Amino acid sequence: MEAVSSAPAPLIALVGNPNCGKTALFNILTGSRQKVANYAGVTVERKEGSLLTPSGKRVRILDLPGAYSLDPLTPDEQVTADVLLGRRSGESQPDFVVCVTDATNLRQNLRLVLSLKRLGLPMVVALNMVDIARRKGITIDAVRLASELGVPVVETIGVKTAGVRALIKMLDDSSIPPRARSAASWLPLSASDIQHDQTEVRRILGLVGGDRLDGVTFSDRVDAVVLHPLLGPLILAAILFLVFQAVFAWAQVPMDAIKFGVSAFGNWLGAALPSSLLKDLLINGILAGVGSVLVFLPQIIILFFFILLLEDSGYLPRAAFLLDRIMGSVGLSGRAFIPLLSSFACAIPGIMATRTIQNPRDRLATIMIAPLMTCSARLPVYALIIGAFIPRRTLAGGLELQGVVLFALYIIGVASAMAVAFVLKRSGTGAGLQALMLELPAYHWPNLRNLVLGLWQRVEIFMSRVGTIILALMVILWALSSYPAPPPGATGPAIQYSIAGHLGAWLAVIFAPIGFNWQISIALVPGLAAREVAVGALGTVYALSATGDDVSGALTPLIAHSWSLPTALSLLAWYVFAPQCLSTLATVKRETNSWRYPIIMAAYMFALAYAGSWITYTIATALS
Amino acid sequence: MALADLGIGTAARVVSVSSGDAATPPELGRRLAELGFLPGEAVRIVARGLMARAPIAVRIGTGTFALRLFEAACIRVCPEQPQPG
Repeated sequence: MEAVSSAPAPLIALVGNPNCGKTALFNILTGSRQKVANYAGVTVERKEGSLLTPSGKRVRILDLPGAYSLDPLTPDEQVTADVLLGRRSGESQPDFVVCVTDATNLRQNLRLVLSLKRLGLPMVVALNMVDIARRKGITIDAVRLASELGVPVVETIGVKTAGVRALIKMLDDSSIPPRARSAASWLPLSASDIQHDQTEVRRILGLVGGDRLDGVTFSDRVDAVVLHPLLGPLILAAILFLVFQAVFAWAQVPMDAIKFGVSAFGNWLGAALPSSLLKDLLINGILAGVGSVLVFLPQIIILFFFILLLEDSGYLPRAAFLLDRIMGSVGLSGRAFIPLLSSFACAIPGIMATRTIQNPRDRLATIMIAPLMTCSARLPVYALIIGAFIPRRTLAGGLELQGVVLFALYIIGVASAMAVAFVLKRSGTGAGLQALMLELPAYHWPNLRNLVLGLWQRVEIFMSRVGTIILALMVILWALSSYPAPPPGATGPAIQYSIAGHLGAWLAVIFAPIGFNWQISIALVPGLAAREVAVGALGTVYALSATGDDVSGALTPLIAHSWSLPTALSLLAWYVFAPQCLSTLATVKRETNSWRYPIIMAAYMFALAYAGSWITYTIATALS
Repeated sequence: MALADLGIGTAARVVSVSSGDAATPPELGRRLAELGFLPGEAVRIVARGLMARAPIAVRIGTGTFALRLFEAACIRVCPEQPQPG
């Protein structure tokens, strides 16, 4: 590095309408050098990356949330407007703005360019997706566009590195001067301002080309089927069903490999280490616990793979469209579908995604039911119990019985969420009309780079949870389960005499009516920190409580022998409803800025869980 | 005529966009304008939902948006040719 000045690297903001390919461009510019965090005080995702230009200039790139205008209606748009205006505390105003536009949708995108011009920040327009535009027969005279707009225009292709070279070159060449920071002023646009801008957009489009309106596009032909009133819902159901079948079927081989690896490593450690407390902690505490959570990584990857695929292809908003009437009937917006779908992965990003819902009541209702969506942390628990109690059998039509049961659990979660939303709607006052206004972007092939990057970020989050919170809980649980040691001459398994054993015995009294034994009762306690920890905890509890040769036995056959079917079904029902995740409750507190809602949430979910499990246990016992 | 009364695929132009009545959110009209629902823009219905034929997917210019019926009710349109039937 030659003569690196002490001034901080210039900050370049990417701004654009939603669905303009801005994030794909950001991924190409910054590669894996991204920091994902939150804006201070709010939970809007903040993505910053850095780029080293060919001449050795370091620039910081900020991917601002997509916005339709600088007069915000959602918290996301508020962040974008505030950052651009230099009004957001803790954020410096960008030195340079790259306004990303979709070359196939300039009619909409250029209005934002005109708004941004009014701000007076140095800017360049990235004419993105020119390849797709060209294929559609739209050629845009970029030189003319630049002279009409009065700002530089570079052509980019959001998914190809070569297409971005021109933009990088421009960032390299343009000296981005440290500006005298003047508080940018902004007057909200009136309807006639917007109309005036649109007249200007039409004039420019008439000069540069791109004014052509498509007849029937490829997306229209797809939508004729996908949004068909009868075919559409069938396709949606088939896609969701396929996802859940895949989560079970495809994950089997890698899961077996991980299981085999962990147990082989445990055996090797067992043979190599002298018998000691440390060995016990390593094998029975850490390895058994973390291993039994790690084994579910393949399923989580497959689930996220599908969610990202559906998101990137443009299908997700179509699903929201198809479900809008059903959602509307229980007082939710079709927009709530995307936060709720994210909640299938994890309620926390789901609850955060409710920020795109403008109506506060609608948003609150969505937050309250998000944890009823079956998150991926429940998957390890479901998988364990289904694997142990539901026979591997192929039903008529080639369906796997285990997959069908899993699908049913998801459906129960969704149905109860809808019921709760309906109750919330009825108990609320003056519902009012809720807006949908959801963009249905053109379909496009999902991009491998974006998919891999997105998956990697999820894997990182999961692995860091395994590595930190789950590992710590495993060690604590091991200690609780090992001390105090059993008295001389004790006959039962050691854990019965430990602190955990006493705690479990006490909890078992509460949970006895719903069929939980003390081992399950113990495992539910660390499960409060993260649902999947319960599996690891069961592993620890059973590895420690088993005697003799059973210690190395896998958890699945162990619980298959020691639990009754009603107990297993009751635990499944418990996991559909129970407020088993403290991080979710903490997120609700942060998002609603009040303790009221997390407390209500915990209370209603606990009541549902206990009632649901009791009914399940009672019916299953009566039938068996 | 009202946007929601258009048949699927019938080409039309936006005539006016109002802010709706007292029950609609006050910022509705402005947001519709920001999305591109502006007088003179080409508009057509791409698809409709199953129940009560709502929501509707509307092509406006080169973009497509899903609207609920009360949102669509703010938009008056004029068909480019007489509607068949």
